[in-house]
Amino acid sequence: MNSAILTVEKLSKQFFLHEQQAAIPSCAEVDLQVFPKELTAIVGPTGCGKSSVLKCIYRTYLPGAGRILYQNEAGHTTDLAQASDHRVLELRLRDIGFVTQFLHCLPRKPALDVVSEPLLLRGENRETARDAAADLLRLLNVPERLWQVPPATFSGGEKQRINLARGLISQPRLLLLDEPTASLDPDTSERVIDLLTTIKAKGVGMLAVFHHPELVRRLADRVVELIPQKTLCHE
Amino acid sequence: MRKVLQVSNLGKIHGNGCPRCVASTGPDVGSNICPHCQSVVANAAISFDLHAGEILGIMGESGSGKSTIVKMLFFDEDPSLGEAIFYDNGHQWNLFSLNAAQQRRLRNHRFGIVYQNPHLGLNFNFSAGGNIAERLLMSDLTHYGQIRERARDLLTRTEVGSERMDESPKKFSGGMQQRVQIAKALSTSPPVLFLDEVTTGLDLSVQARILDLILEIQQELGTAMIAVTHDLGVIRLLADRTIVMKNGRIIEAGLTDQILEDPQHAYTQQLVASAL
Ligand SMILES: Nc1ncnc2c1ncn2[C@@H]1O[C@H](COP(=O)(O)OP(=O)(O)O)[C@@H](O)[C@H]1O
Ligand SMILES: Nc1ncnc2c1ncn2[C@@H]1O[C@H](COP(=O)(O)OP(=O)(O)O)[C@@H](O)[C@H]1O
Ligand SMILES: [Mg+2]
Ligand SMILES: [Mg+2]
Ligand SMILES: [Zn+2]
Repeated sequence: MNSAILTVEKLSKQFFLHEQQAAIPSCAEVDLQVFPKELTAIVGPTGCGKSSVLKCIYRTYLPGAGRILYQNEAGHTTDLAQASDHRVLELRLRDIGFVTQFLHCLPRKPALDVVSEPLLLRGENRETARDAAADLLRLLNVPERLWQVPPATFSGGEKQRINLARGLISQPRLLLLDEPTASLDPDTSERVIDLLTTIKAKGVGMLAVFHHPELVRRLADRVVELIPQKTLCHE
Repeated sequence: MRKVLQVSNLGKIHGNGCPRCVASTGPDVGSNICPHCQSVVANAAISFDLHAGEILGIMGESGSGKSTIVKMLFFDEDPSLGEAIFYDNGHQWNLFSLNAAQQRRLRNHRFGIVYQNPHLGLNFNFSAGGNIAERLLMSDLTHYGQIRERARDLLTRTEVGSERMDESPKKFSGGMQQRVQIAKALSTSPPVLFLDEVTTGLDLSVQARILDLILEIQQELGTAMIAVTHDLGVIRLLADRTIVMKNGRIIEAGLTDQILEDPQHAYTQQLVASAL
């Protein structure tokens, strides 16, 4: 029997904007689980808090209430809602990967270095890291002439592929994905789907938000639907 | 991860001070001047730790007490309050209980600093190589040939160029002077490096290359760093974790991406919003 690598219990988050004196509800009482070799998809209308759930797990957002239980390889459980900053950094380095919707990366590094960096940070040598990065970029259809160019000037689709490659290269145990194929052409999307399927079969547990319902049908083993929260501010 | 520095309740008061200084200053009253005795509470209640190989950012507006933190840790200024423990190869050093000779030893061997103002970090009467030699002479290396070799390596590594080794940094550009300071700071391979507004006032392209150099050093040597800056861009690029200061106090601390994307304090929200 597989046990869950991630169990989220009653996770709630709201933002308080001091200048506007406004509380903005994001997600409320979210329960979900992620298992090894499985993909859990989060669905729901825009603004219902899908990205916020992923960011709370990664601790880019501070969770408001609830528990986020991550179980590591040794079976030890950490509540990410309570864990120290150092503990979270450690898990980001080895265990938990995040392919965000938008690429925030070093503007002046060649794409190949941007992608290999997570392996370098883990202590791999430069050669191994570059080879692994090159393999992934090839798989994701990134033309070789772009490899030495900083991604700052890339198109949306190219940036997204760099972002994906960077998230996948470190082979995390838990992978968070926020609309990873939103701006890709159909051919590249297919490659990404193949890649995610392969990685899943290798044992990675995934929690994902997808742009297209079709991707949920094809990739998800479980689906969690979020209900939009009543917003107290006007818009 | 290994802890290298633990700072507890550190503080600095300029002036005679009175028992009400700390309680009467800070972000709640919006001032660092004690209304009872007119002393300046540069900072107080500063607590944080630093782990091996990480970069901790300290941000906040001018006058919020950032530089005073690193100046105390580098023994440039004596603290008025609190303590700091440096963990080094199985030893624990209670920084502010050490005698002057012990403090000098740590300054020369185990800590490095890069100041915003290169005049503070470099002696302009010496050549670039001479500045590095000066620091090496105060540590263990005394062989002339070895010192020159080491200076040459460092100036090459920091892209000053070994051919400029015998020139005075007086004639160098601001960016080059910062590189010489970095080379000097790194000469004794210190486990801890303090960076005080190292790129402030430089051209953007020069800034970018210095920041790249700092990141490369962190990755290659695993040096732990405290980076003081009022520039959010520098924080975003360099820091794993960030402390936000106002009126001499820490108002918020967290993972850098969290501080920037989900700031909790009204002041931090304002800082982040105005930088967008
Ligand atoms: N950093 C933030 N600061 C303030 N409000 C935010 C922030 N991030 C998200 N929100 C708000 O939280 C709600 C949920 O957003 P999000 O998680 O992005 O939803 P989804 O991904 O489902 O579209 C929205 O009302 C959004 O405006
Ligand atoms: N020698 C001094 N005498 C009086 N006040 C000082 C002295 N040095 C610094 N200060 C004051 O201490 C406060 C904090 O200074 P500093 O740490 O340099 O701030 P920051 O680096 O954030 O700009 C400022 O208000 C500054 O004017
Ligand atoms: Mg979203
Ligand atoms: Mg300063
Ligand atoms: Zn006073």
